[in-house]
Amino acid sequence: MTDLLGYMLWFAVLIGLAVPAAVWMNRVYAGVPAFARTERTILRMAGIDGSRGMGWAEYAIAVLILNAVGFFLLYAILRLQGVLPQNPDGIVGMSPDLAFNTAISFITNTNWQAYSGEAQLSYFSQMAGLTVQNFLSAATGMAVGVAVIRGFTEPKGATLGNFWTDMIRSVLWILLPMSVLLALFLALQGVPQTLLGAIQATGVEGQEQIIARGPAAAQIAIKQLGTNGGGFFGVNSAHPFENPTIASDLAQTWAILLIPVAFCFLFGIMAKDRRQGVAIFASMAVMFVIGLATIHLYETWGNPLLGSGANMEGKEQRFGAMLSSLWAASTTAASNGSVNAMHDSFMPLSGLVMMVFMQIGEVIFGGVGAGLYGMLLYVVLAVFLAGLMVGRTPEYLGRKIEAREVTLAMLAFLSMPLGILVFAALAVTVPAATAAIQDAGPHGLSEALYAYSSATGNNGSAFAGWGAALPWHTTAIGLVMLLGRYAIILPMLAIAGSLIRKQPAPESAGTFPTHGPLFVTLLVLTVVILGALTFFPVLALGPIAEETARLAGQTF
Amino acid sequence: MSKHPILRTPAGQLQRAAIRDAFVKLDPRRLKSNPVMFATAVTALLTTVLGLRDLVSGTGGAGATLHISAWLWIAVLFANYAEALAEGRGRARADSLRATKADTMVRLLAEANTPPEEATMVASSGLREGQYVLVTAGDIIPTDAEVVHGVASVDESAITGESAPVIRESGGDRSSVTGGTRIVSDSLVLRVTAEPGKSFLDRMIALVEGAERQRTPNEIALNILLAGLTLIFLFVVVTLEPFASFSGAQIPVVALAALFVTLIPTTIGALLSAIGIAGMDRLVRANVIAKSGRAVEAAGDVDTLLLDKTGTITFGNRMADDLFPAPGVTREALAVAAGLASLADETPEGKSVTEKAREILGRGLPEAPGAEAVPFTAQTRLSGVDLPDGRRLRKGAVDAIMRLTGQSLPAALAHSVETIARSGGTPLLVAEDRAILGVIHLKDIIKPGVRERFADLRAMGIRTVMITGDNPLTAAAIAAEAGVDDFLAEATPEMKLDYIRKAQAGGRLVAMCGDGSNDAPALAQADVGVAMNSGTPAAKEAANLIDLDSDPTKLIEVVMVGKGLLISRGSLTTFSIANDVAKYFAILPAIFVTAYPGLSVLNVMQLASPTSAILSAVIFNALIIVALIPLALRGVKYAPSSAAALLRRNLLVYGAGGLIVPFLGIKAVDMALAALNLA
Repeated sequence: MTDLLGYMLWFAVLIGLAVPAAVWMNRVYAGVPAFARTERTILRMAGIDGSRGMGWAEYAIAVLILNAVGFFLLYAILRLQGVLPQNPDGIVGMSPDLAFNTAISFITNTNWQAYSGEAQLSYFSQMAGLTVQNFLSAATGMAVGVAVIRGFTEPKGATLGNFWTDMIRSVLWILLPMSVLLALFLALQGVPQTLLGAIQATGVEGQEQIIARGPAAAQIAIKQLGTNGGGFFGVNSAHPFENPTIASDLAQTWAILLIPVAFCFLFGIMAKDRRQGVAIFASMAVMFVIGLATIHLYETWGNPLLGSGANMEGKEQRFGAMLSSLWAASTTAASNGSVNAMHDSFMPLSGLVMMVFMQIGEVIFGGVGAGLYGMLLYVVLAVFLAGLMVGRTPEYLGRKIEAREVTLAMLAFLSMPLGILVFAALAVTVPAATAAIQDAGPHGLSEALYAYSSATGNNGSAFAGWGAALPWHTTAIGLVMLLGRYAIILPMLAIAGSLIRKQPAPESAGTFPTHGPLFVTLLVLTVVILGALTFFPVLALGPIAEETARLAGQTF
Repeated sequence: MSKHPILRTPAGQLQRAAIRDAFVKLDPRRLKSNPVMFATAVTALLTTVLGLRDLVSGTGGAGATLHISAWLWIAVLFANYAEALAEGRGRARADSLRATKADTMVRLLAEANTPPEEATMVASSGLREGQYVLVTAGDIIPTDAEVVHGVASVDESAITGESAPVIRESGGDRSSVTGGTRIVSDSLVLRVTAEPGKSFLDRMIALVEGAERQRTPNEIALNILLAGLTLIFLFVVVTLEPFASFSGAQIPVVALAALFVTLIPTTIGALLSAIGIAGMDRLVRANVIAKSGRAVEAAGDVDTLLLDKTGTITFGNRMADDLFPAPGVTREALAVAAGLASLADETPEGKSVTEKAREILGRGLPEAPGAEAVPFTAQTRLSGVDLPDGRRLRKGAVDAIMRLTGQSLPAALAHSVETIARSGGTPLLVAEDRAILGVIHLKDIIKPGVRERFADLRAMGIRTVMITGDNPLTAAAIAAEAGVDDFLAEATPEMKLDYIRKAQAGGRLVAMCGDGSNDAPALAQADVGVAMNSGTPAAKEAANLIDLDSDPTKLIEVVMVGKGLLISRGSLTTFSIANDVAKYFAILPAIFVTAYPGLSVLNVMQLASPTSAILSAVIFNALIIVALIPLALRGVKYAPSSAAALLRRNLLVYGAGGLIVPFLGIKAVDMALAALNLA
């Protein structure tokens, strides 16, 4: 009961933060006059005219250019970190396949960590490499999100906006101020922010130990706010230096969901019909709450085979089952990927919920910007499927959904089963890949499935036992991260570009209503039947089989 | 509803032809246009080959494999049967039309004014556009043409089903004739307006036969979606093999094939083209010819209807509604004068006045032998009678009577006149010699039921706009009485065009009907233009639908057919996709249970055995197609209501129904199989 109350309070605070954030974001993306000079000056230095509106193709090319440059820069830094400055612990350059994997991981906002931060990254790599991409990949997602919203909501003939301007605005006026506040708060809670090297310490039992530290607070702030999730330390937010207290834990869970939730409301504001944003938020919230409840109940019930009480394996004592469940649900729903407990050790059906959250394409709040445009993909499909039932060509916000939009939506939609099913099937078949699997039976299958779900969904979290560092996987996962990011961004921008050319029909009694409980039900069912059920067969062999075996008294 | 003299093909014969066609349509070249059924056929072929291989090599399980493949083939055949049945209904109609298109010899004239003696006889099939022909009573008009000379009555029943002959004459809006109709009196000189094989009749035959059927935009989009889903389920099934073998489960290929076919949206895939053909057939039976499928679909999207007042909203004739006497005149005296003044007036207006007079008097009008009729002329704008006793009774427009009598209106009468005019009626004054006796209130009478119809349309989100040549005052009054949302008074063709453009710029889709040549630009501009078959060739060319009955209210019916078509498609798609849930629960436990016995918890339907579970799902999948054929052909029931209400209802029936029905159906098939010892 107190748990329920706690969750409700947590959710209320989240909404209370997200609504004003959405109002602020709307102002920022429309252009705040007082900021105009700063924006213009920065863009002029790069030789860019930020006032010119772009069509979808131009916008998409700008996205690809920025991300490609980011990739090569980050790849170079990682390979050369041994000779670059700010390397007090003398860490050597990364291997080519790992650098490839890591660079893609950070430009795609996945932050899959096939490396361990404190052992394989210099401070320079962390700050000039990863943290920079944390900002840029998040801003990319937000800019694309805003461009897509414009496509759905702006009047006929308007443009999708200017990518560089949207980008700059996302970084300067949204991510940066929020990160500074959060970083200060985290530092206050005890998260280190220093450029000094690791500490040599003697433990209470007299043993020598090396305690890694570094400029963590700043990176953690953006890793959460930008739904990046790549931790400063290998064990991520389970590490006491990343997440020392309950207050820091709560602040981080809010930070994970803040911008993705705000995007729902931003959609409503930009559509000049807040009900539309609320409907999308409600659809996401319904699925989130069901998933969270499942995880919470399974974790607090625990596993009788391993003793009574909550399932505490792989969890931090200071967080317990509840805060670990909340984090697990939030981080997988929001395409964040940071962890405060080891997902590998969660109960089988908790693992199932987390996988489903990622497999449906990270559309339950999802990545910053990305969650919303991902959900709009389902909206297009839901509206098209059911919209015919009211006797009109399906339309959303007055714009007709026709062959072109459906084709693009299906193209984007194919990327999830392709990345997850095909690549996970290879991962359990190809000998070079199967070595990564730590556990036998269904849990082993879950490990591989989780990894590819996480990568395709651009989440970045992993089942800890799985050996992600095998060259097969660093390469294959690098590829599916690209697939999961750009095979959705490009078609969604194209859909936005196609919709903005259409004259919206005025709303009437004959209009398919896209707000209210009926639409929420329809959208949730579409996500479940088209998204989740596609993975039902393989989930049956993984977590569901594991659960039935557990009930029969067998563990893996 | 059809009043066509079609030879009704007996139902049995239609079905036999459809069954034969179902096999003919197995031709891969025909199947490949339907990705879902093509995938099903390929899967069926694969399992058949595997079954035969097992049979030859004597491996176990050949029987079950062949049993499953048989049902996969049956699903394909059912889909073909549905399409063939839909086509067959149109074909019967086409055959009867073709019978009227017999090749005859016609008299070709070199020029429009060539004397008939110089005509040369040529075959009607060789007529080219722009040539002149002479047709006389008893001839079949060889092809579409425009009347150049003459007046004749023409029997158009072959096309419209209307048995009363219609007048066709040169010039004006009644100048076009249609090939296949028969001239019953007089003779006409015609200028051919259609190239061979392109006549209206040819188009109509092609259309009802479905030969020229183009896919409509929504159908194309839906097909893409279905193809995409098919591809996704292909990923699901193909990758299931490695996942299963990692898990130590061996899944026979036939089980994967069964899972694939049951997951892909076969129900809607099988019925999609039948729905489209049946929708066009419904239009044809309403005597509307669509020049493209796109127009039918657009009709469903229409949210603004431009309706001509005359004939659609009102009967088209003004009628006497009431009489108001001048001060000092009795109502009876006015009635007698008005009635007598109208005795010789044969127009509907005149008749309605005498009728009203009789109604007021409660008896017949007094006899007036030897009265002399004074007909209406455009100059005097009044009419009446001169009685033998010298009294001259007149009725006419207010200003005309005032000029005649030289009197000004008494205040009370002036008030009546103004009230009538303001209410949209027409005041007519009645005078005896120089005395004004009173005023007749003539008004447009709204057709019964029109108001309710417009209320229905409003509930569906469709705005109705009345087009009239009346002045704004009159138009406003009629508009209010009929319950239209907007009106266009003193409408000219340019104003109509302008109104349509403006509405379209605001994102609206507009439908209108028209018949005159001056309607052509507006018909072409409208998203849905319905031309009256009696209209000019220009109007018919500009429109995308042609109403053979020339009934302007047909527009509303066309909208309903369009909506019904889309609703049928959407409902069956939703049903088809919702069906997948149950199929997962039938097949997955069946194929995984050997590797993980615990997964039998997924067998929520408690199906008898893995074999019967798979078979039941496949059989249900095939049977649901045939069960839904009548629905596909008839169309989902559609009562006018708001989109929100429709969505709620259809989502409940086809969405929730689609989730639940297969659980029950698969269980029922399983029990039947167990009872028959088939699996």
